[in-house]
Parts: sequence; C-alpha cells; structure tokens
Amino acid sequence: MAENVKPRVRVPRDATAGEAIVIKTLISHTMESGQRKDGDGNTIPRSIINRFTCEFNGELVIDVTLEPAISTNPYFEFQATVPETGTFDFTWYDDDGDVYTDSKDITVG
Amino acid sequence: MKLTRRHTLMMAFGSVVATMLPMRAFAALDDEVAAFTGGAEMGSEGITLIAPEIAENGNTVPIEVSAPGAEAIIVFAAGNPTPAVATFNFGPLAAAQSAATRIRLAGTQDVVAIARMPDGSFVEARQEVKVTIGGCGG
Amino acid sequence: MKSLLKTGVAAVAIFAANVAQADEEANLVINEEIEITVRTDAPAHAENLSTIYSGWVFRSDETQSLQMDDFENPGMIFVDDAIDTWNTVEGSEGNSCASCHGEPESMAGVRAVYPKWNDAAEEVRTIAMQVNDCRTEQMGAEEWKYDGGDMLNMEALLASFSRGLPVNVAIDGPVEAMWELGRDIYYTRYGQLDLSCANCHEDNYGNNIRADHLSQGQINGFPTYRLKNAKLNGVQSRFRGCVRDTRAETFSVGSEEFIALELYVASRGNGLSVEGPSVRN
Ligand code: HEC
Ligand code: HEC
Repeated sequence: MAENVKPRVRVPRDATAGEAIVIKTLISHTMESGQRKDGDGNTIPRSIINRFTCEFNGELVIDVTLEPAISTNPYFEFQATVPETGTFDFTWYDDDGDVYTDSKDITVG
Repeated sequence: MKLTRRHTLMMAFGSVVATMLPMRAFAALDDEVAAFTGGAEMGSEGITLIAPEIAENGNTVPIEVSAPGAEAIIVFAAGNPTPAVATFNFGPLAAAQSAATRIRLAGTQDVVAIARMPDGSFVEARQEVKVTIGGCGG
Repeated sequence: MKSLLKTGVAAVAIFAANVAQADEEANLVINEEIEITVRTDAPAHAENLSTIYSGWVFRSDETQSLQMDDFENPGMIFVDDAIDTWNTVEGSEGNSCASCHGEPESMAGVRAVYPKWNDAAEEVRTIAMQVNDCRTEQMGAEEWKYDGGDMLNMEALLASFSRGLPVNVAIDGPVEAMWELGRDIYYTRYGQLDLSCANCHEDNYGNNIRADHLSQGQINGFPTYRLKNAKLNGVQSRFRGCVRDTRAETFSVGSEEFIALELYVASRGNGLSVEGPSVRN
C-alpha cells in the first residue's frame, strides 16, 4: 500500500435529531497525477485516491469521484443530517486497490 | 471571503504568469461537459462557485461549490491538460448539496462547476482564477 | 515606514508596492481557542524593526484561513504521524520517546526556546539536533536526516504543543558568538543579485517581489506546510531556497552557518507566538 496514508476526520461528538453538521476530512496522500516526470524524464505513474465516500448508519451522505487535479493530501468539507445516534463511516479508495477507512460515533441527545 | 484584493499584484515586476493553456484543452472540456450533461442547455441560477480571484499557488487552490437540491455537482478546470477535477454525488443524508476541496490549477484559467438537478436540468457557474508564481524559496 | 530605495538599484526593480494590505490587519486564533500573537513590538536587538510580524499576516485570506482550524491545516496530519512515532520503540535501548518524556504534552514550551545552548555538549542546538541526540544517545537509534520527513513530522509535533507561547530565544551568555555570526550572515549581501536577507525581509516586507508578498522572514511558524510543494518544510531548507534565489552558493542544511542564522532569525521573532505547523504559500 502507499506509505503512511493517514486520515484525519472531524465530526462533532453530539447533535440534536435532524441537525445539519459540518464534517471535515483530510488524508495524507501524494496524489501523483501521472503527468509529472522524474529526474530521468520518465513519467511517474498515476497513483491517486480516486473515490471518497461518507455514510451514516449505512445511508449515503456523499460519494466523491476524484481526478488527478485534486491536491496532495485531499481535503473535503461537507454537511450531513444526523437523524439518530449512530456512526459515520469514511472510505477512501486508492488506485492501487487499497482502501482506507475511519469512523466516528455521534450521539443524538 | 473577500476576493478582490491583490489586483495590485499585477503591477509587480515580471509579475504574474497569466498564460492560458493551449486551445486543445477547451476541446477536451467540451467533450467532458457533454459526457456529463448529454449536451443539454444550461442555466446559471441556483449554483454557487467560490474560488479565489488570485491563488497564491496553483498547487493548492481552495474551492467551494453549492447547488441546493442538486443530485450531483461536477467540477472542471478548463485550462488543465485534463479538465476533470471531481464529481460530488449527494446522498439522502447530505444536509446541503455543497462541498469544499482543494484543487490543482496549471496556470490562470476558468474553474467550472455544473450541477445536475433532479428534474434532469443542468446549471453552470464559472470563475476565473489567476495563478501567480511566487518569488522565493525554491 | 520602509523605503524602496534603501536597497541597490538592481534590487529596486524587482520590488513593487502592495497597495492593498487589508489582510495585514487580520488576527489569528486557531480552533477558536489558541490565540496567536502575529504582531508585536520588536525586541531591542532587532534594532531596525519597530514591529515584528508573523509570515501568516502577509498571506492571502484563503491561505490564512487554512491555518485557523486543525482539521483544515494539512500540517496536522503529520503531527498525528509523529504521535505514533513518539510512542514507537526504536533502537538498541528498547526506548520510545514516551519512555522518558511521557506524553508529548510534556514538551509544552520547549519549542519556544530553541535554538539554545547545551552545557554538556558546549554547543548551540537546534531542536532537530536535540532530537537526534536523543535518538543516538538515549535510544541507540539511527539519526534522522536533517529536514527529512521523520524529523519535520517530529518538529511539527513539538511546535504544535507550544502553539500560542511566545518565542523566547536567549541571545547572550554562551550563545553570543553564534548569535553574532548569525547576524553577520543576515546582513551580508550574497549572489549575483547582491542581496542580503535584510534587503528583502527588513527593507521590503509588505512589498511584492514578483508576485510574492514579502514577509519579515520570521521562523516562528516552522515547520511550514507550503502550498507549493504540499509538505512540511524545515527552517534551514527555507534559508537555502532564499539564498539560492539570490543566485549564490548556499550553506548546507545543518551547517554551523545555518545554525547561527537560525538562532539569530529566531531571536528576531522573540515575542511572536510559536505557530507551527503553519501554512504558507
Ligand atoms: C532514555 C531517555 C530518553 C529518550 C528515549 C528520549 N529522550 Fe529526549 N531527552 C532525554 C534527556 C535526558 C533530555 C535532556 C533533558 C534536559 O537536559 O533538559 C532530553 C531532552 C529532549 C528535548 C529537549 C527538552 C528541553 O527542554 O530542551 C527534546 C525536544 C527531546 N528530548 C525529544 C525527544 C524525542 C522526540 C525523543 C524520541 C525520538 C526522545 N527525546 C527520546 C531523554 C530521552
Ligand atoms: C530576493 C529576496 C529575498 C532574499 C534575499 C531572502 N528572502 Fe527569504 N523570502 C523571500 C520571499 C519572496 C519569501 C516568500 C514570501 C515570504 O514569506 O516572505 C521568503 C520567505 C522566507 C521565509 C519563510 C517565512 C515564513 O513565514 O514561513 C524565511 C524564514 C526566509 N525567507 C528567510 C530568509 C533568510 C534568513 C534570508 C537570508 C539568508 C532570506 N530569507 C533572503 C525573499 C527573499
């Protein structure tokens, strides 16, 4: 797998039922575009995260297709509705077949 | 966010590299837009694209898109060799059809966002981002 | 305030006034919690400055805002990385950093006083030198490369636990000779462009060079996550880039000259807050 891939996600710890919350995600990844050349003039092969999804208790919040024009260490910010207490699952899909995940619990009080 | 500062940058010696990329990039864009819209007419109401007027570095340009009610928003960098940037598909638990990310721009160019609405219509927003070249630090 | 004409004729041509300076008034609070001093009275030994400013002040609104929340600042990913390293046993002695230092919180305040004198070794130590000393002498582990990825991640961790605390580097006593060497280097003109650090960062901060808005070249924000190369950057690597831009031969990272220069430049920022890992262009 690509080295040292590390997600960093912020979800509030609690919310009221139906509240809209802001989620921020970062992940360390070089996002090699496939358009750069190495010192010898050879093209460095493309190696990016090509898809990111966020689900809450199995239901979709956002599903993003990433192209090589997304910056190194991809960042996403978006909003989710929280109907009940549960878990957000975050998944990043690498070109090389690896999948990186993170999850965050949230309590509806 | 205030977007109008730094016009003055342009005064600097040898200042801004405001080169547009070759025209072939636009042909590529047309094809990709058609693939998303099926060639449909596009409105311009109900979609917002926030991008800096001048980016300090083309490698990391923060952008934000929003189109209330949209099913999906696709973002293009019109002047990049490969214009596609990202597609945001919103699920039932998206509290708003909006998202922010950071993108690479190979020089000054238009950023384009197109939203697909549930009734099958499309709306487009577009903004030019000037990309500057910094002075120091290799 | 500043005169464009202070520098030589050749130099004048490359600077231009940045008329719109609204962003120079902005204040930095990280996570709505950590208040960062980005402008304050200059210390007496920075005799040509009245106010000192963090480099953050000179960046665009968009770049500034990337540093206001740890979940938007990509530099913080590498702090997370370093926390794992902190707790990992390495080397012949069976130690991790945590074995001796406990939680990384114990490092609060440390970053603010480096570079500093080490009595036992009788030398001025940058924080990178101290970390490598712990690795080789305390852990029996390999040195990390100066300004390499592992070292910068750890430096980011150390800086992050001192954020908001004032830089307070000692300039007298045993460090005095090194500090003076650093000051000499700061005011020496280098390269075909015949420019010193001061010509750019003292005489022309607030102006533009090409399209870049010049700061005072302070180092309170290091390591810096640069948008340009999308990774953490070390102090001395940044010095090297600046010297190279004058088309001069540069000193090497980790050299006596750059250690002296780091000490001197750090002391010009006494009173600003530790800010690393910061975000710059
Ligand atoms: C076997 C014990 C030991 C281990 C393991 C160790 N250190 Fe240290 N460290 C010390 C001692 C002893 C000092 C000197 C304390 C002093 O003189 O103030 C020190 C000093 C430091 C300082 C400077 C503190 C100051 O106040 O100036 C830093 C920073 C530091 N260590 C970082 C690290 C890091 C990072 C690691 C892991 C890579 C590490 N150390 C591993 C024992 C250790
Ligand atoms: C030709 C002009 C020029 C010279 C000479 C120069 N620099 Fe710079 N330096 C820049 C520019 C431009 C930047 C990027 C904008 C900024 O942060 O000021 C920069 C950035 C820096 C930064 C990063 C500041 C931050 O907030 O991250 C430091 C530190 C720095 N310079 C130190 C030095 C030192 C030390 C010297 C002398 C060895 C030096 N510079 C010489 C132009 C110069």
